[in-house]
Amino acid sequence: MIKFDNVSKRYPGGHQALNQVSFELREGEMAFLTGRSGAGKSTLLKLIMLMEKANQGQILVNGKNLARLPRDQIPFYRRRIGVVFQDHQLLFDRSVFDNVALPLQIEGYPKHEADRRVRAALDKVGLLKKEKMNPMALSGGEQQRIGIARAVVNRPQILLADEPTGNLDPELAAEIMLLFEQFNQVGVSMLIASHDLSLIARLRHRILTLHNGQLVKDAIYHSAPEQTGSMN
Amino acid sequence: MKTRKRESGARSHEKTLGGTLRSLWQSHSLIARQSVTKLLKTPVATAMTVAVIGIALLLPAGLFVAMDNLRNLSGGFSSFTQITLYLHDEVSQSEGEALREQLLTHENIAASQYISPAQAAEDFRTYSGLGDVISQLDENPLPAVIVLTPASIADNEGALLLEELSALPEVESAQLDLQWIERLQRFLQLAERGAAALMLIFSLAVLFVVGNTIRLAIESRRAEIVVVKLVGGTDGYVARPFLYTGTCYGLAGGVLAWVLLGLIMLMLHGPVTELLALYDSQYSIRGLTLLSGLALLGGSALLGWLGAWISVRQHLAAIEPR
Repeated sequence: MIKFDNVSKRYPGGHQALNQVSFELREGEMAFLTGRSGAGKSTLLKLIMLMEKANQGQILVNGKNLARLPRDQIPFYRRRIGVVFQDHQLLFDRSVFDNVALPLQIEGYPKHEADRRVRAALDKVGLLKKEKMNPMALSGGEQQRIGIARAVVNRPQILLADEPTGNLDPELAAEIMLLFEQFNQVGVSMLIASHDLSLIARLRHRILTLHNGQLVKDAIYHSAPEQTGSMN
Repeated sequence: MKTRKRESGARSHEKTLGGTLRSLWQSHSLIARQSVTKLLKTPVATAMTVAVIGIALLLPAGLFVAMDNLRNLSGGFSSFTQITLYLHDEVSQSEGEALREQLLTHENIAASQYISPAQAAEDFRTYSGLGDVISQLDENPLPAVIVLTPASIADNEGALLLEELSALPEVESAQLDLQWIERLQRFLQLAERGAAALMLIFSLAVLFVVGNTIRLAIESRRAEIVVVKLVGGTDGYVARPFLYTGTCYGLAGGVLAWVLLGLIMLMLHGPVTELLALYDSQYSIRGLTLLSGLALLGGSALLGWLGAWISVRQHLAAIEPR
């Protein structure tokens, strides 16, 4: 589904964010991406979203080489990928419902079908009763769930999440992870960046560990509690 | 059209032409409504922008109306134009009167008046202030004249009529003063050029006003643009609300200009009619015709769209998710 082959990213100014990273995420697989702040987690996700371009190496998503994707195809490519952000990236000038409906509006779905899908997504994240509210009026956990509903509303094949539980208390964070696992169970490939090792270690999924831009560990089960201390 | 199950998933929604057109229409009308709603949410700022555009459009529209009226009016200047026929001395008063009657039947002659030599001398004495000069002469040197008002002097008709009249046996010479008409028409041509230049300049002003307003709108919706691009909005999709907003600004400005122009015409109508009445003209000034008014609205909407388009081209590409 996602294949990195010796990918390096150096930002203008010289910061080497990723260095020779190679891995493959198979279809339907769920993996965590971990490492300290600045290890390159966000950069890796940005490369997949084509928010940044790699300087070296090759990224294949769904068999397509991202370096060869013409600029005008990027929007259509992004529609196949759902993304959840730490800061939610919600729009506060519209209701919860309209926030979730945005990807469908962009794709030009007929209204009745869009409405149906938005309600299904909101139901899934438990916010159906709050669809008319402004996201500003909701809690951090609820806002994150709106972001998740928006990410899955057009049924992407891949779901990326960048520190989705970063601002949430442990209980809410666990709930969100449970939600992700449910999406994974219906076949969505997932890559979730998180530095919350204690949480993700319990979930027993594949864990990719980045350190200074290099992939230093790729394991199903993480048993390195001594690292937890160093993670912020 | 049933939606297939999730494997074919997101791409399976209505693919027929009818479905595509319908969803395109739904999407456009939604964005158009959102644009108008957004504008109405900030009524003062919107009103100020519309006022600037309306006033900028008022000047070219006003010039257009003024030129239109002047052109019409100058066509009606035939009533101010007179042809003077100087008759031979041998032509008696009764023969002159008969000629006057006969000339009235000519299709291009609206009015005619016979002035005998005695009458001419009397007029000269009254109006010239040089009455003594004529009294000192033994004989009245003034010829009999017929003063004609042509029905039309448009194109070449004045000159043709003059030629025809000069050939009459009773007529010694015929005279038509076309010079001032020519000067007026030259002046009108010049004014039309000036008006065209001003229209261009003020249209550019509208373009810049809309462009700048849209630039600010883009700036204030930066976060939204980033999100829309992240979830797969194309450049066209992102640009659409701004293009609608620009078009709305232009259209509203056009409506305002039309209304203002109407008010001005209403204010001017009385005084201008009175002024023209002093020149024996029944001409009544007219405002924008329905067709020109619609052209004004179309043009202003187009200017609004174009201003927005330029702004969008310049500023939208720079906003990318980071």
